[in-house]
Amino acid sequence: MEKHVNQFQNVHFTLNGKEVEKYVDVRASLTDMLRNDYSMTSVKKGCEVGECGACTVIIDGEAFNSCIYLAVWAEGKNITTLEGLMGPNGELSDIQQAFIDEAAIQCGFCSPGFILSAWEILNSGKEYTDDELRKLLSGHLCRCTGYENILRAVKKTMYQRLGKEMPQED
Amino acid sequence: MSKSVGKSIPRVDAFEKATGRAKYVDDLCGRDALIIKVCRSTIAHGYVKSIDTKEAEAICGVVKVLTCFDVPDIPFPTAGHPWSTDPSHQDIADRKLLNQHVRYYGDDVAVVIAENEIAAVQGVRALKVEYEELPFVLDVQEAMKPDAPLIHDERGDSNIVAHTSINNGNYEEARKEPGLIKVEGWYDTPTVQHCHIENHGCYAYEEAGRVVVVSSTQIPHIVRRCTAQALGRPWGDVRIIKPYVGGGFGNKQDALYEPLCAWCSTKVGGRLVHYECTREETFVCNRVRHAIRTHIISYVRPNGELVARKFEAFSNQGAYASHGHGIVAKGMGAFPQLYPCPNVECDAYTVYTNRPVAGAMRAYGIPQAMFAGESHIDDICKAIGMEPLEYRRKYLMPVGYVDNFSKNEMYYDSFNQCLDKGMKAIDYERKLKEYQNQTGPIRRGVGVAVFWYNSGVWPISLESSSCRMVLNQDGSLQFQLGETEIGQGGDTAFSQMVADAVGVPVEDVHVVSTQDTDVCPFGTGAYASRQSYIASFSIKQTGQALKERILEIAHEQTRMPVSSLDLVDGKIIRTTDGRVLKTLGELATESLYSLEHSQHITAEKTTQIKSNAYTFGCTFAEVEVDIPMCKVKLLNMVNVHDCGTLINPALAEAQVHGGMSMAIGYGLSEELKFDEKTGRPLNNNLLDYKLSTMMDHPHLKSAFVENPEPTSPYGVKGLGEPPAASGAPAIRNAIFQATGVAIDRCPMTPHVLYKEFKAAGLIED
Amino acid sequence: MYDMKALYEATSVDDAVALRIAHPEAQIIAGGSDVLVQMREGRRAGAELISIQKLDELRGVKMEEDGTIRIGSLTSFSHITKDPIIQKHLLVLGEAVDQVGGPQIRNIGTIGGNTCNGVTSADSASTLFALDAIIELTGPNGVRRLPIQEFYIKAGKVDIREGEIQTGILIPKESYENCCGHYVKYAMRNAMDIATLGTSVNVRLSVDKKTVERARVAFGVAGPIPMRAATAENLAAGKPISMELAEAFGKAVREDINPRDSWRAAKDFRLHIAVESAKRAFIESVKLAGGDL
Repeated sequence: MEKHVNQFQNVHFTLNGKEVEKYVDVRASLTDMLRNDYSMTSVKKGCEVGECGACTVIIDGEAFNSCIYLAVWAEGKNITTLEGLMGPNGELSDIQQAFIDEAAIQCGFCSPGFILSAWEILNSGKEYTDDELRKLLSGHLCRCTGYENILRAVKKTMYQRLGKEMPQED
Repeated sequence: MSKSVGKSIPRVDAFEKATGRAKYVDDLCGRDALIIKVCRSTIAHGYVKSIDTKEAEAICGVVKVLTCFDVPDIPFPTAGHPWSTDPSHQDIADRKLLNQHVRYYGDDVAVVIAENEIAAVQGVRALKVEYEELPFVLDVQEAMKPDAPLIHDERGDSNIVAHTSINNGNYEEARKEPGLIKVEGWYDTPTVQHCHIENHGCYAYEEAGRVVVVSSTQIPHIVRRCTAQALGRPWGDVRIIKPYVGGGFGNKQDALYEPLCAWCSTKVGGRLVHYECTREETFVCNRVRHAIRTHIISYVRPNGELVARKFEAFSNQGAYASHGHGIVAKGMGAFPQLYPCPNVECDAYTVYTNRPVAGAMRAYGIPQAMFAGESHIDDICKAIGMEPLEYRRKYLMPVGYVDNFSKNEMYYDSFNQCLDKGMKAIDYERKLKEYQNQTGPIRRGVGVAVFWYNSGVWPISLESSSCRMVLNQDGSLQFQLGETEIGQGGDTAFSQMVADAVGVPVEDVHVVSTQDTDVCPFGTGAYASRQSYIASFSIKQTGQALKERILEIAHEQTRMPVSSLDLVDGKIIRTTDGRVLKTLGELATESLYSLEHSQHITAEKTTQIKSNAYTFGCTFAEVEVDIPMCKVKLLNMVNVHDCGTLINPALAEAQVHGGMSMAIGYGLSEELKFDEKTGRPLNNNLLDYKLSTMMDHPHLKSAFVENPEPTSPYGVKGLGEPPAASGAPAIRNAIFQATGVAIDRCPMTPHVLYKEFKAAGLIED
Repeated sequence: MYDMKALYEATSVDDAVALRIAHPEAQIIAGGSDVLVQMREGRRAGAELISIQKLDELRGVKMEEDGTIRIGSLTSFSHITKDPIIQKHLLVLGEAVDQVGGPQIRNIGTIGGNTCNGVTSADSASTLFALDAIIELTGPNGVRRLPIQEFYIKAGKVDIREGEIQTGILIPKESYENCCGHYVKYAMRNAMDIATLGTSVNVRLSVDKKTVERARVAFGVAGPIPMRAATAENLAAGKPISMELAEAFGKAVREDINPRDSWRAAKDFRLHIAVESAKRAFIESVKLAGGDL
């Protein structure tokens, strides 16, 4: 059998606001690099083929499944993981707090990805309907929550940011 | 007294999980671990004749190849049941670590251990496996035929794992009564998978001559036993550690790959080895829910009274016994209880087939039984012209009903209370009326279904719980239980009960979430909706013991008699005047550092529980059926549960939402499919297996009836699984009301609806 | 980790062409949502990859002087949907690609990748067929353009020749001017799914909005590659709009389509859905175009 010729490349990018550099195997996915080289435990592996959303990260302001993104493509990019949402003194972001308050977390495995997508959606500053929010969050699978409290946490944070009352659910 | 039970406090692990800091198996495993990959059979049934490992072994990075010819000749059981010391009640031991006789497409044949993932994957691909193929069988009733391929020839001459019956009264005689109406149906439920988002994985290494396995499991103490059995080693040689788990739903209520992983470590000198299932493997090489085909015949009087009933259920076990007959037997057990009938004849069969192994899955046979039973009730209603809710109110298990076997009692009017709340929430009566006699292409309907469930496994198996509490210098405490947190919120509910049992604020209670069989008291784990109910006993006893110990020390320190002392909200109180004598922290510090009489303050108790508790509820569903498009849109869904006193209402509600979601998938979209020609799985990935997304759900509503369970110190009973039990038949009955078409199989996909609507003349081509 | 033999990162279109010639066996990778998944499954294990991920010049939507809309092959689905030119002139395409997978996949996946993998279920393909899109390929001999119908050869195979990469998709003005369209994705879930059947219709009505001047309908998964249904198109052309026409239009698609039986769906079921989808997409398109139905 043919022996693999190791190929490595230098990758220079911004991770959670900090410039970093790594010499990585070109075969690595972004998930591999973030977990193995940067100990970003929030980046979860649920399927490794882009079907569950657990590995979601934000690349230049857009949500990507890091499992189907090569690590070397991070070159020059601005990447945010859930670890990057906390304040400098460990303060939780509003959306993380809402996930806690609304009992939107159960096993916790899909939570980081969901919170990151929600954060990106809310950063638009727009007001969305329930149906729009469901669509914007539909790239994440969850088996514990039925999505109900997740939607509520995102809605609550959206209305908070907009300075509006959240409409009552029946 | 501050009471924690009943409050919706945030989860004790919420911060860790909301920040991504909670460590699951793969987060904890050393990055220098050797990687294990499994070579899987590419036939559904046959024998491995030979495996050529030369090419694989030559790959750079491959450390070792082990095959089915290398494993110990020890068949072992995997089911997450408490062990029975009675050999006739022990789980069936019918698989080895790797199998020469392969019994499903994907069976474990060999492993490659390598320095990295790619070398391991390449190694597996380079293995040359030669098979002798045998005929295979996928269908449960086909597998029962005398000429069916024999899947476990070592276990006799039939594929039937077990057959049990219930016979009450005289069915054959009773059905002869003149004027009875016969209602008959066959109801099919699919093979589905748990789909927890964290795949099962584990890693193993040897330490001090023992093997340590860190695993994503619901049942660390049981896995310890199964792993030791598989390796043929003393049980104390195995140590299992369970960190945070990303969901289980019963799949991880089995010894999955812990035994194989442990064995691999011992074969590479005790080095750290890591095995992680891919999603594709999780679907078919772990456990699935039993597909069950149920046949029900009811003879009813024109007023709907049940005179004689027959129930037959055929449960598709797949390739290995795992939890085996327990699942269908539970479903059968519910049948005569839910709608009591004097003359009942029931038979349940569990049968090996060449499908993936079926094991425990949320609600353990009851979603299958409720789909059949509750669909059948609506079929009866149709036959006699009675409104389905009225029928249920009239003929469901009455108040005061006692089951002779479990001694479970219907203490309250739970069903009517739940139905009242549910119908109000969904506006049932108005919609029922409005949706009569529709004719257009798009029609709406409402449906209802109830469920029956238990809390724990007594008296079929052992129920016990052990708890340990240790007081800290500052008056806070740690506690440990064998009951595991797998996402459901157990740790939080336990913490609340502990706070009240001892008399401290819940902020001062720290749960040791990780179960390590070396340090955690014995307990069997997360299953059977048992944990809040069962742990409530050991928590109460241990809490009382700790409190007694604290009050004795308080007596030493304050010279007040114990009878005049109490511990309330973390303070030592003199009960005669209510004066705070000292805080628990002061007491603990003084006790631990006393130069006269230093004492470590701790308590530990085991409670064996010889009771069980019924848990009941219902689902209401409202659908819109687009007949030409063969699509069902779920407009509304309401679950109502009587699970006793709620320990944490917000978490209880969240638990219900998750179960409803699983029921929606079960009813409408989820099914593992297999190629009839080869037995190969067709859709074992999250794209082709249709787990509901956020866009496939309506707003999920839940409500509770809180009748305190008299047998539990906190009035609590099972809630973990029941939310998944009655959703699918409620949807089915709503479609029935909307279209008049009775769909007798799950999932009710467009493919199924197309055929049914065509047969009913609702669509034409 | 992906089991790849080598990764060649192209720095320009010319470089990509040179890499294609130097490594004829290598697979082109754009966004990664197909190629990496196949590699994980073992189907492309051990392959060499030519990445064109970094070719930002292939991203974006432009209006050319003659009114042709040029979509760079690396434009992601989400960028197509959000693009003002698409929103103004090709709403149906923006809506179709907004139904691919889920939000993250729509940020990763590119329209070039969606068409180059030659899959009949691609959500962009049926609409591009209905719009008579032109595929632009760049190779050692310069630029080659061909109609999308000719680009698809058979299931999983498209006409990309040695040294070529797809650089753009062009929509002629004639295809979208005064047209309105609707895409019906029929799938088993409302997100994260592949189409059981994709139906894209667009119509141009007469000035008084009473008559169909031109109707086009294309399907995904109604055959091994995306396809048009000419019989239905011809039937509708020049006819006054009515519900009866919509019915007839739907029924007529059966003349041209040829779905197959597979474990994902039966042939008769797909045929049934195609008729109903074509009818509904036609009605919706007519309404969007201002017709009264």
